[in-house]
Amino acid sequence: MQFWIIQGLNSLALGGLLFLLASGFSLIFGLMRIANLTHGAFFMLGAYLGANAIRSIDGVNLWTAAVGTGLLVAAAGGLLERLVLRQLSTNPLGQVLVTLGMSFIIADACLMIWGGDPIPVPTPADLRKPLLLFGFAFPTYRVVVVGCAIVAAIALYGLLERTRIGAMIRAGVDDMDMARAIGIPVSALFTAVFCLGAGIAGAGGVLGGPIMSAYPGLDADMLPLALIVVILGGVGSLLGAFVGSFIIGFIYTFGIALLPDLAYVILFLPMIVVIAFRPQGLFGRIGA
Amino acid sequence: MATEALTIEHIDAFYGDSHVLHGVSLSLKEGQVLALLGRNGAGKTTCISAIMGLVAPRNGTVSLFGETISGLPPEAISRTGVGLVPQGRRIFPSLTVKENLVIARQRESDDPKSWNLQRIFNLFPRLEERQQQLAGSLSGGEQQMLALGRALMGNPRVLLLDEPSEGLAPLIVAEVGRTIALLKQEGQSIILVEQNSNLALSLADDVVILNTGRVVFAGPASEVVGNDALITQHLGIFHGH
Repeated sequence: MQFWIIQGLNSLALGGLLFLLASGFSLIFGLMRIANLTHGAFFMLGAYLGANAIRSIDGVNLWTAAVGTGLLVAAAGGLLERLVLRQLSTNPLGQVLVTLGMSFIIADACLMIWGGDPIPVPTPADLRKPLLLFGFAFPTYRVVVVGCAIVAAIALYGLLERTRIGAMIRAGVDDMDMARAIGIPVSALFTAVFCLGAGIAGAGGVLGGPIMSAYPGLDADMLPLALIVVILGGVGSLLGAFVGSFIIGFIYTFGIALLPDLAYVILFLPMIVVIAFRPQGLFGRIGA
Repeated sequence: MATEALTIEHIDAFYGDSHVLHGVSLSLKEGQVLALLGRNGAGKTTCISAIMGLVAPRNGTVSLFGETISGLPPEAISRTGVGLVPQGRRIFPSLTVKENLVIARQRESDDPKSWNLQRIFNLFPRLEERQQQLAGSLSGGEQQMLALGRALMGNPRVLLLDEPSEGLAPLIVAEVGRTIALLKQEGQSIILVEQNSNLALSLADDVVILNTGRVVFAGPASEVVGNDALITQHLGIFHGH
């Protein structure tokens, strides 16, 4: 019983981290039609920057590190969008290749700067004590991560569904040309969404630190999971990213625990089923 | 002579390699309605897209009240004061009716004729009743009203209407006609693309007829009404007597 409950919580925590990664990926893809393959690298960059800030700057804790790193990575994402992707706006394949190239560059830069050994991120002191619920001991920090993901989901939902700017973003996802024809400044919107997505991924990397550490290859471990989440949930759909993240969190965690040899098969099977029978994903409107 | 609200001078436009518009020129005077007529495929919608910047004209210029707007991106052209009601309406289906209008808000002023949410709702009470509904769930006629309201929310100096009567029941077509007449009365400058030439001719001051991407007639509407030879040759409509 303890096994199922703990693995269940691990699934939720992984799902929460995946949501922080996949929600931005999905928004960027939905609005700009760019599969931003740098997104996993943003997550890893966040993890490294956060780990170092916590270890080397006095007074920085996990939460301030997550906010600061999120802002830094958001700025990096904005630069990538403005200086590189913008130049390739008529060349979608070129954009995808550039984002892949950027992810390699970021990964190698992290390797050069921080070396090949994993850098653990300490769990905040007040969250180290296990949480006792119904006679079971839960790792408190993982519960908090799930809470963070839910807060982020509610904030993103509010931004997208309850503000004029959010409605403009959804209009751009619905019909880009028409959105431009009624005067929506799509160029500024692209940069804003790219910054937002990168920032959430960067902050997610910091929050994931105490669970996964910062290590070379973190980007390549996380990006495929985010891709599966987005294909499963539907491109451009926040609800899809949310539901998809927790589905994949469970499948991946239990797959590794129960059938480690087949973990990837179990992971990709639902994706194949979705592509075959519902190519727009569970909650999406755009064909993948 | 009234001020020229929108002028197109000798534009050529292409879709890939196919040459769709050949040196098209036209001129809309302030406060008037210009009907742009022609058969399917004559280049009417391309002409509208070229004005809006959705298709880049390769030669020639488009100007709004003397200011060149060709070459600008569509969002900038919209902000100079061009409003579009596109063919097929193209409302944003996953936004509510109200959101469709609110995101298009531009250049609102204290002028009592300035368009805002309340004035749009007064013009189309059906939209007010359904303001929280998703726009994709509206009927065709309601979607047309929404597309028109959305364009008006930008307080356009020139309004482009691309086939506003397409696919609508006769009663709704009449309502669309009355709305356009009302806008004209308020001094709105309008370019009206229509297959329904009776509707267009009843509203237009001037007419431009396109045939395979070239202007074959430009002149006052009164010269087209009753000119069966012109209508038969270029619009493909046979008049019963």
